[in-house]
Amino acid sequence: MTSKATTQRIAFLVLRLSALAMIVAVFALLGYLVWNGAPVLSLQFLLESPREGMSAGGVFPAIVGTFYLTLLTLALALPLGVAAAIYLSEYADPRRSKTLYLIRTATVVLAGIPSIVYGLLGLGLFVLFLRLGFSILSSALTLSFLTLPVIVSASEEALRTVPMSYREGALALGATKWQVVRDAVLPFAVPGILTACILGLARAAGETAPILLTGAAYYLPELPNSIFDQFMALPFHIFALSTQSVNPKLTRPIQFGSVLVLLLLVLSLNVIAIVIRSYYRRKYRRAAG
Amino acid sequence: MEGEQGRWQEVNTTHSLIRPRRRFREWILERVFWAAAFASVLIVVLIFAFLLSNGLQAFREIDLIGFLTGTIWQPVSEEPKYGLVPMLTGSLLVTGLSIALSVPISILCATYLSQVASPAVREIAKPMIEMLAAVPSVVYGFVALVIIADMIQSAFHNPIRLNALNASVVLTLMVAPTIVSISEDAISSVPQEYKEAALALGASKWEMISKVVLPSSLSGIFVAVMLGIGRAIGETMAVLMAAGNAAVVTFNPLASVETMTAVIAIEMGEVTFNSTHFYALFAVGVVLFVFTLVINLVAQVIVRRYKALGR
Repeated sequence: MTSKATTQRIAFLVLRLSALAMIVAVFALLGYLVWNGAPVLSLQFLLESPREGMSAGGVFPAIVGTFYLTLLTLALALPLGVAAAIYLSEYADPRRSKTLYLIRTATVVLAGIPSIVYGLLGLGLFVLFLRLGFSILSSALTLSFLTLPVIVSASEEALRTVPMSYREGALALGATKWQVVRDAVLPFAVPGILTACILGLARAAGETAPILLTGAAYYLPELPNSIFDQFMALPFHIFALSTQSVNPKLTRPIQFGSVLVLLLLVLSLNVIAIVIRSYYRRKYRRAAG
Repeated sequence: MEGEQGRWQEVNTTHSLIRPRRRFREWILERVFWAAAFASVLIVVLIFAFLLSNGLQAFREIDLIGFLTGTIWQPVSEEPKYGLVPMLTGSLLVTGLSIALSVPISILCATYLSQVASPAVREIAKPMIEMLAAVPSVVYGFVALVIIADMIQSAFHNPIRLNALNASVVLTLMVAPTIVSISEDAISSVPQEYKEAALALGASKWEMISKVVLPSSLSGIFVAVMLGIGRAIGETMAVLMAAGNAAVVTFNPLASVETMTAVIAIEMGEVTFNSTHFYALFAVGVVLFVFTLVINLVAQVIVRRYKALGR
């Protein structure tokens, strides 16, 4: 009996230590990046262009580029993603339909395709075949494919959390199916769809490999004027400065600063998404219960 | 609940009592939504067809067998050689190492979160670990380049700063949250009756976990590992920045290696468009695509099977 208790004590200790190691890794990683990046961050760093051959100045053009890129990506992926989610949650009969199986499998496959493969597609299809050139548009189209599965699954989840009684109530009042979806389902799924948007934005903002092949530039003297221009972007900026520049050691502080800006951007988007989601989940659980 | 859902989704959108114009709108919209959902299928087909049509053009000048079995990758030389084996071994070495490092700790961590930790600890710890999955890959690459490389170099007194182990360590951090999150879900979904039955037979809590809970969540854990492998093999930026990128056939973790993802990212920037080299990089993309496709489909089939068993 004692040996049983001892085994359990040792086993639980191992379990606890491995979880602890994981948490320590999170803190070590974030702590290291914040510790080294924080001294560089300032309003000036955010609002200035790079100077002296990228060895001084800030990251303003890269922030602007990332902003344009993610917004355009979202504008392209959101309508398609939400429409797809409406079909999956409101129209598709879950009990039969081979197409439904096909669509679900395709969504899983899309989510698993490496980002560099999306980059290849973007280069071949958008940049060269459709002659859109190295541009914000080519990159955004590529990223919209990549973020589509994120948006579809988050929006579908949002639609499904709307209580069935809302639909039944509207149907009983004589609304047609689309009227029900439009007036009794979509308005209540808006916060969830917002979560989907934010997660999509965060994903698009952090991707490097696809934009590397479709339009990101190392340095541009001017901000992009149209969606057919090349652009600077935060993740590519970090990659280029730390590996492609003449003396990467010299610009380390700028690299740490850029990393922290990107990290804060992406993580805060994720935190916002989680907060919105948990708030509305609780709210509807009450409404449904 | 399932039955009710079915009823709602089957609502007749084109009932004859609905006014014709409205009925037409209902009919059109249903098709529009269907088309949007079907777009995912089209995109997958588009990607595959496009990669394949470009990739196949490489084989007008190089032969397929030579591509798959050649051990030298020298696309820019007098006599260009396109052997994929260095990248295959590079990808396998980096992926294999990172999976070996991340699987044990991830599963232990998931078991702790699901079975041992108090709900309060779980509520805080799980999102925190999942936060690792949200960190962009270029940030991991940067960390590998700036600090992990130095740590490994001084630990092993290794002359080569950027190497396969460096990439694997940083991949471990990237893959672990995926494995923890999915296997925690699998472990938590073991029915309460199983656990109660084990305890009623006099098992200790640890015996219940090790002999009942973990064995019955094995397929879910397997799926988690598969998706981890998929993520590791497809990862580009972190590996590109960490692994040193030397296209050599080696299984030495302390040597520089180049992966399939990295070779595409590096050489696509310098290649002449529509040259054999260009098409050869698409062919590498095809191989990569097929790898991840198979991994994800296998995972999907297993998910379906155990969902079906659950019902």
